[in-house]
Amino acid sequence: MKKSKVFWIYVAIALVVYAVVQFMISSGNFDMYYSNLFITIAINVILAVSLHLVIGITGQFSIGHAGFLAVGAYVSAIFTTNLGWPFPIALLMGAIAAAIAGLIVGIPTLRLKGDYLAIATLGFAEIIRIIFLNIDYVGGAAGMQVDYLTTWTYAFFVALITVVVISNFTNSRHGRACIAVREDEVAADSMGINTTYYKVLAFAIGSFFAGLAGGLFSHNFFIIQPSQFGFLKSFDILIYVVLGGLGSLSGSIIAAILLTVISLYLQDFPETRMIIYSLVLIIVMLYRPAGLMGTKEVTDLFKFGKKSKGGNVNE
Amino acid sequence: MEWLQQLINGISLGSIYALIALGYTMVYGIIKLINFAHGDVFMIGAFIGFFAIARWGLGFFPALILAMVVCAILGVLIERIAYKRLRNATRIAALITAIGVSLLIEYTTIFFRGAQPEAYPDVIPNKSFHFLGAQISMQSIMILSVSIVLMIILQFIVHKTKIGKAMRAVSYDEEAARLMGINVDNTISITFAIGSALAGAAGVIFGIYYTKIDPLMGIIPGVKAFVAAVLGGIGIIPGAVAGGMVLGVVETVVSALGFSLWRDAAAFVILILILIFRPSGIFGKNTREKV
Amino acid sequence: MSNLLLKVEDVGIHFGGLKAVSDLNMEMYQGELIGLIGPNGAGKTTSFNMLTGVYKPTEGVITFDGKKMNNMSPHQVTKSGVSRTFQNIRLFKELSVLDNVKVANHSLAHHSVFSSILRLPSHFSGEAKMERESIEFLKIFGLDKYMHELAKNLPYGMQRRLEIARALAAKPKLLLLDEPAAGMNPQETHDLMELIALIREKFDLTILLIEHDMGLVMGICERIYVLDHGQLIAHGSPEEIRHNPKVIEAYLGEEVAE
Repeated sequence: MKKSKVFWIYVAIALVVYAVVQFMISSGNFDMYYSNLFITIAINVILAVSLHLVIGITGQFSIGHAGFLAVGAYVSAIFTTNLGWPFPIALLMGAIAAAIAGLIVGIPTLRLKGDYLAIATLGFAEIIRIIFLNIDYVGGAAGMQVDYLTTWTYAFFVALITVVVISNFTNSRHGRACIAVREDEVAADSMGINTTYYKVLAFAIGSFFAGLAGGLFSHNFFIIQPSQFGFLKSFDILIYVVLGGLGSLSGSIIAAILLTVISLYLQDFPETRMIIYSLVLIIVMLYRPAGLMGTKEVTDLFKFGKKSKGGNVNE
Repeated sequence: MEWLQQLINGISLGSIYALIALGYTMVYGIIKLINFAHGDVFMIGAFIGFFAIARWGLGFFPALILAMVVCAILGVLIERIAYKRLRNATRIAALITAIGVSLLIEYTTIFFRGAQPEAYPDVIPNKSFHFLGAQISMQSIMILSVSIVLMIILQFIVHKTKIGKAMRAVSYDEEAARLMGINVDNTISITFAIGSALAGAAGVIFGIYYTKIDPLMGIIPGVKAFVAAVLGGIGIIPGAVAGGMVLGVVETVVSALGFSLWRDAAAFVILILILIFRPSGIFGKNTREKV
Repeated sequence: MSNLLLKVEDVGIHFGGLKAVSDLNMEMYQGELIGLIGPNGAGKTTSFNMLTGVYKPTEGVITFDGKKMNNMSPHQVTKSGVSRTFQNIRLFKELSVLDNVKVANHSLAHHSVFSSILRLPSHFSGEAKMERESIEFLKIFGLDKYMHELAKNLPYGMQRRLEIARALAAKPKLLLLDEPAAGMNPQETHDLMELIALIREKFDLTILLIEHDMGLVMGICERIYVLDHGQLIAHGSPEEIRHNPKVIEAYLGEEVAE
C-alpha cells in the first residue's frame, strides 16, 4: 500500500504544477514564450521517457527515436489538417502509426546487438525522414502546414499518461522481463523469457509514445519539415536518457526538463549551445558514465520505498 | 556507354567513401568503437586543404600532405583526450562520447568561422579524356590514383612493418599483445593517426571533386563510410575498400535512374539488409557468443 | 524403472568445420540424479547448451517428455520443463535477489501487459503470488535475508546458490546444473550437495549435474556419463566408471598434460 501512496503523492504534485501553469497561462501571466516552454518540456519528457523504456529498461541501444517522432508528427498532421479529424483522435492515429513503424523497424533489427543495433536504428530513422522528404502529399522538403492545436493541457496530460503507463509497465513482471533482457539476454532466455517478444514490445511501446509526442510537436508549430527530424533530433532525445542515468525514469525526466530550459535560454546562440551540450556529454561520460542519477530514482533519494534498481518511480 | 560513365563516377565517389571507411574499420578493429567523430576529421581535412590551397597558395600535393598531417594529429588528440579513458567503459558510454566529440568538432568549427559553405579552388586542370564514349575527367583519374596509392601504402604498413604487426596483434587480443611486450597505447594512437590521415586525404579529394565544403559536410559521408565498413566486414581492411566502392556505385546508379532524392536512403537500405542477412559483412567471418 | 524423461539420440554439433560434440546418446528417467563428467574442453557445457536450446544440434534428436526439442529456443525449452544454471554465474546483477527469482517465475504468471499498465486486480494478485512463491524458494536456499540486496553484492557462494534458486523458480521437471560447486571450498561444496539432494526430494526433480571433479559426483549420482573430446567414452554406475580404463586414461592424460 505504501508504494501506491507514494505514487499518488507524485501524481498530486504533478497536478498542482499543471494547475499553476494553466492558471498562469489563462490569466495572461505567461505569454507565448513561456507557454511554449512548458509545452516543449512536456513533449521532451514524453520523448525521454519513451526512449528510457527502450534503452534504460530493455537495454536496446536505439539512436533513431526521431524517426518515430516524425511518423507521429506527420500522420497526426495529415489527420487534422488534411482530413479535418478531431485533434485527440489524430494524436492517437499518429501514435498507432508510429507503433506500427516501430514494429516494422524493431522486428528485423532487434536481433542485432550493441553498436550494430544503434547504427541500424539510426539508418531506419534516416530512411523514414527521406520517405517524408519524397512524399509530395506532405510537402516534401518545403514542409507541411499544420494547424496550431497543441495546448498545455494536451501536452501535460499526454506526458502524465506516458509516465504512468511506462512506470506501471516497468514495475510489473513484464518490466522485470525487460530488465532481465538488459542484464543478460542469454540468461533471461534460459529463464523462460521470450526475449524477442519483450524487446519488440518495449520498442513498440516506446515508438507509440514517441508518436504521441510527434503529434504534439507538429501541432505546436505552424509548419513541419523533414529536416527537423534528423540525426540531431535523435541525439537530443538520447542525451536526455543518458545524462539522466540509464535505467532511471526520474533521471530522464529531470534531464529532459533541465536541458529543455537550458537550450531555450541558449537558443539565440545555437553554436554555443551545441558546444556546451557536447562538452557536457563528453565530460559526463568520462567522469560519471552512469549519468546523473545512475539507475536510482528520486524516490530512492528520499528513502520512501525500499532500496531498489530498475526504474521504479512509483514503487 | 552511359553505364560506363556512371561506373566511373561511382568509383570516384566510392574511393572517397573507401578512404573514410578505412579509418572506421581500423579503429573499430582495434578498440571496437564506432568513432562518430571520424566524419568530422574528414571535414577538418577538407578545410585544411582549402586554406592551404586558397589562402597559402600551396599546390595539390603539399596541401594533401598538410591535411593528412593535421588530421593525424587531431585523431591522436581525440583518442588520447576522449577515448583512452573509455577502454573499459560500456559500449553505450563510448558511443555517446564519440557522438559528443563529433558535435564538438562540428560546432566549434561553426563557432569560429560560421556555417557558410566554401567553394574549393581548382588546382587540378579541368581536362577530360574520352574513353569508349565515356568522359573521364582529370579529377577522377587523380582521385582514383591518389586513393589507390594510399591504400597500397596502408596495405604495406599493415602487413610488412613492425607497427602493422603490432596493430594486428592488438586488434586480435589486446591483453595477449600487452603481455608480449607490445605498447598497446602507442599502437592504438598510431592506428588513429593513420585512419585520420586517410580521412584528411579524403576531405581534400572530396573538396576538389565536389567543390563545396561546409562544417557539417562530414556527417553524411561519415555515416555512409561506416555503412561501407560494415558492408565489407568491419575490421577488415580490403572489406572497407570494397564496401566503399560498392556503395559509391550503387548511389550513382540510383541517382542516374532518376531517384536522386532517394540516393541517401540507398546507403541505409543496404546497411539494414546487410545487418539483417549478413551482419559480419561481405568478407567477415561469423562469430558467436560464448555461453 | 519409472518413465523416460529425456532421450538424446546421436546428437552432435559442429561449428564451421570443428566437431564439438558428436554421437551423444543419453537417457534419463524420472527422478534420477545423473552426472555428466569429463576433462576440460570435453564438450560438457556444449551438450548443456544443446539440451537447453542455446545451441541447435546439427544432427540427432533430443526428446523431452515426449516432445522433440531440437528447434526450440531456450525460453520454450524452459517452459516445457527444463531449466539450468550457468557455469560462469549469469545472474541479473542489477536486480535484487528477489527479483532474480521473480524473473524465472515469470512464465508461470498470467497477468497481461494491459492488466499491469492499467493496474487491474489481476495484476496485483498475480504479482503477489509471484512474490510469495519467490520468497519461498529463497527460504529454501537461506537467501531470504538478502532478498532486497542487489545480486551483484552477494558473496560468491551465495551467488551460486541464487543461480540454483532461480533455476528452480521456473518449476522444472529436469534441472541442469553446470558445475554448481565451482570455486567453492570443501565445506561449501558438501553443504551444496546436501541441498541438491534435499530439493530433489522436495520437488520430485530429475537432475543432470555437470562436474569437472570426478570425486564429487561419485558420491551422489546414480549413473554417470563421461565425455572426452566431444565423444561419450563411458556410461554406468559410479563403481563401473571408477574402474573404466578409458575414463582413467582420459583423466590421467589430462593430469599429465597439466
